[in-house]
Amino acid sequence: MSKLGSIGARLYRGEVGYDFIGKRKIWYGISILITITALVGLAVRGLNFGIEFSGGAVFTTSKTAVSASHAQHTAESAAPGHQAMVQKLGDGSLRIQISGLDTKQSLPVQEQVAKDLKIPVKDVNTQLVGPSWGEQIANKAWLGLGIFMVLVVIYLAIAFEWRMAVSALIALVHDLTITVGIYALVGFEVTPGTVIGLLTILGYSLYDTVVVFDSLKEASKDITKQSRFTYSEIANRSINGTLVRSINTTVVALLPVAGLLFVGGGFLGAGMLNDISLALFVGLAAGAYSSIFIATPLVADLKEREPAMKALAKRVKAKRASAAAKEADREDAPGQGPDAGEGAEDDAAVVGPRHQPASRNRGRGRPSGKRR
Amino acid sequence: MAAPKKGRRAPAGQGHPGRTLVLVLIAMIGLVGGMFYYGHLTPRLGIDLAGGTSFTLAAKNQPGKPNAINETNMNTAADIMERRVNGLGVSETEVQTQGSDHIIVNIPKGTDAKQARQQVGTTAQLGFRPVLTIAAGAKTPEPKPNPSKSGSSGKDGQDKGAKGEQATGKQGTQQKASPSATPDAKPTAQGRAVTDSLKKAPSAKPTPSGSPSGKPSKQPPVPPTGDGGIPQALQKQLDALDCSTPQGRALAGTKAAGTRPADPVVACSQDGRQKYALGPVAVEGMDVSSAKAVFDNDTAQGWIVQMDFTSEGGKKFADITGKLANKMQPQNQFGIVLDGAVVSAPSVSKAIMGGNATISGGFTQQSAEDLGNMLSYGALPLSFKIDDETTVTAALGGEQLHAGLLAGAIGLGLVVIYLIAYYRGLSLVALASLLVSAILTYAIMTLLGPAIGFALNLPAVCGAIVAIGITADSFIVYFERIRDEIREGRTLRPAVERGWPRARRTILVSDFVSFLAAAVLFIVTVGKVKGFAFTLGLTTLLDVVVVFFFTKPLMTLLARRKFFADGHPWSGLDPKRLGAKPPLRRRRTAPTQTKEA
Repeated sequence: MSKLGSIGARLYRGEVGYDFIGKRKIWYGISILITITALVGLAVRGLNFGIEFSGGAVFTTSKTAVSASHAQHTAESAAPGHQAMVQKLGDGSLRIQISGLDTKQSLPVQEQVAKDLKIPVKDVNTQLVGPSWGEQIANKAWLGLGIFMVLVVIYLAIAFEWRMAVSALIALVHDLTITVGIYALVGFEVTPGTVIGLLTILGYSLYDTVVVFDSLKEASKDITKQSRFTYSEIANRSINGTLVRSINTTVVALLPVAGLLFVGGGFLGAGMLNDISLALFVGLAAGAYSSIFIATPLVADLKEREPAMKALAKRVKAKRASAAAKEADREDAPGQGPDAGEGAEDDAAVVGPRHQPASRNRGRGRPSGKRR
Repeated sequence: MAAPKKGRRAPAGQGHPGRTLVLVLIAMIGLVGGMFYYGHLTPRLGIDLAGGTSFTLAAKNQPGKPNAINETNMNTAADIMERRVNGLGVSETEVQTQGSDHIIVNIPKGTDAKQARQQVGTTAQLGFRPVLTIAAGAKTPEPKPNPSKSGSSGKDGQDKGAKGEQATGKQGTQQKASPSATPDAKPTAQGRAVTDSLKKAPSAKPTPSGSPSGKPSKQPPVPPTGDGGIPQALQKQLDALDCSTPQGRALAGTKAAGTRPADPVVACSQDGRQKYALGPVAVEGMDVSSAKAVFDNDTAQGWIVQMDFTSEGGKKFADITGKLANKMQPQNQFGIVLDGAVVSAPSVSKAIMGGNATISGGFTQQSAEDLGNMLSYGALPLSFKIDDETTVTAALGGEQLHAGLLAGAIGLGLVVIYLIAYYRGLSLVALASLLVSAILTYAIMTLLGPAIGFALNLPAVCGAIVAIGITADSFIVYFERIRDEIREGRTLRPAVERGWPRARRTILVSDFVSFLAAAVLFIVTVGKVKGFAFTLGLTTLLDVVVVFFFTKPLMTLLARRKFFADGHPWSGLDPKRLGAKPPLRRRRTAPTQTKEA
């Protein structure tokens, strides 16, 4: 921990750090690649819709010694033209899903299955699922998603600013696309549970992005009053400063889901648990990734186009040039920059980061903290 | 909520951290005590976890509505059923259409299946029909039709009088009314004229006379549909109607329910004591905008159902009551007909304005609430019969659930290990907060089961698991803030207080986004998604509550302990390990390192 703690401290002070913003092109590229893969997967393989979307019947038998493949054969011969999906449940019973069956067709299948498995008909439970059901749920969910996105963009635009709102939205779409794409690629069944998993991601992805943005907002509050750092640099420091939090939160959020997916899913094969936990796992990971690698760099990109930020970038450049010139004689250079008299912050900002005046330097990236 | 003022102190200000903690403790004890008090120790589980009952309802073809069974009507019916059994959207009842004419209703175990069956199966076709005539409930004896030719008034009257306890007082009116029955629309004078003559014999005659006179009057549909034979036919129907046995009533109800609103109808009262011949529907159930059950103290009628009409319905109602008020008994009564049975038949003395009305008639609280519920959510466009009722097992076998819980527990164990490894002493705060959060969530979910029918399904469980992340994030944000402050060289107590306002803002802003998602989804969506949104919203709110009223006060208290304040290596707040830079202002330890600067 001491190691982690001191890394945290150094991240906090900006002594170490990964240049998220500077290398953003690489990460954009990676994200675009993943997104394209996801979209291709979606287009080529399509989604494997569960019976909640296609309609059908689910038969649950009592304990039986018959193997799943045998039962599948039985079920498929009883319901010609339909595909059966058979799961062996832990207590020895079978769960047979047949898509596209309706009420009338299900009865003979139930009888046939009971006969072949040599169990009484009443021990075969039939549950019919209407095709419109999943669709209705999904349609309403999409509607909710749309309304939510509009509201959240408005909210973020007010609480933060529109650039952040747009970036957060892009990151959100990115996360959802990746998750849906993975579903297509893995071929997992899409159930209402999946839809719910997706919606959870939507909440989480934005949540995570907002936490990062909040620190970014704080760090960049008085940005125009200094000329040591450009917006991108401050954004980068802010990401690095919250990196420990991001990692911790992601680990804590992912561990239980990973438990569900790998332990629960691994034990049990397909099932609703697997559907949801896969959506959650991919989505949470993508959400954590996108808030750092996509959302914040996007904000920086958008911000740097602002005239004020362009001017700032110019000032910083000029200041650094002059600082570099003075480097040799290690002199103070308070009057060198074009905006020399701009404030106490500037006066203190004479030494480059390499000089390590930690006690003076800290707080540089987060002026608001000093003002509190 | 989004951006609290910076200067404002949290409600759980550091002034009385102990008190706040005690409050949370009391709340927890209260909730857990409530669980024991009500005897609900586990949350109600959804159908996917606990299994339940599944009904298959088949839509019935109704006379006069050959094309009624179509997709639109089926979807509307399913929608209405869903709202009836799952008004709040959290009880995990599933209503789905299946094929072209079936609806499947899945009800989780622990829900009153019988009540649910009534709720979904009742069409709730409500109509206000003017009363044409009233007779005692039992089948009118055979002789009656015969006298109708011979015209023996006395006998008929006695028959009816003898049978109908309630109706006895109205015997005279009945007799008079029956001829005029169908042509209710007829000018009263004519009806009277007819009524004054022999009851049964004339009853056939008024028809022809009624038809022409009826047409110009207010309810033209009656005579035309009858093709001139209505009163007699209707009277025959009324005579043949047997309301004295439940089967007879059921049959009558079905038949009456199948009658078109514009046709007159014969129907039984719900208790079977009386039977009615009723005119066409004057005000329909669709005209009711809302209805609720009320206990009527004033007139000691017990439970009644209060209805508010839509503006159009109010007008219609004022109109019909205005017309009825001028008539004689029993034609100044209107029958409130629900699914083919007369619930009550109040008489009208004056036009009722104001767009509301009440239904009384021996309701229990349950039946009044059910009826209010049904009227509010509207009538089913179709009537259904229950084809099949089966018990369904949990879609997710018990084994799956257990493995899922085990998996979740393993994941949680890893979280605990990670937190302890990383935060050491601080992890106590984190774990205690998670525990408090878990207890509150569990207790509230359990109590919401009996309170609003909340049922926990698998998606909700998953939502709760994700909530672990969101809840833990709040502490992590706060802890990191505190550590940052310590890195600035502050001692723990100021660090705890200075870190809080910023952490608080982050927590509120991000939780608001989460809550917004939950609220929108809860309002817009249906079924499982709605249940999930509820869980998400609940856990998000609890997160805020726990952080404000538990984590923060606990931190404030712990900051006073030597173990934490002195930055013991195991406290997770050791300035040295955190890489604090001078000026170090720790209490005991001398500044360890002084950097050149």
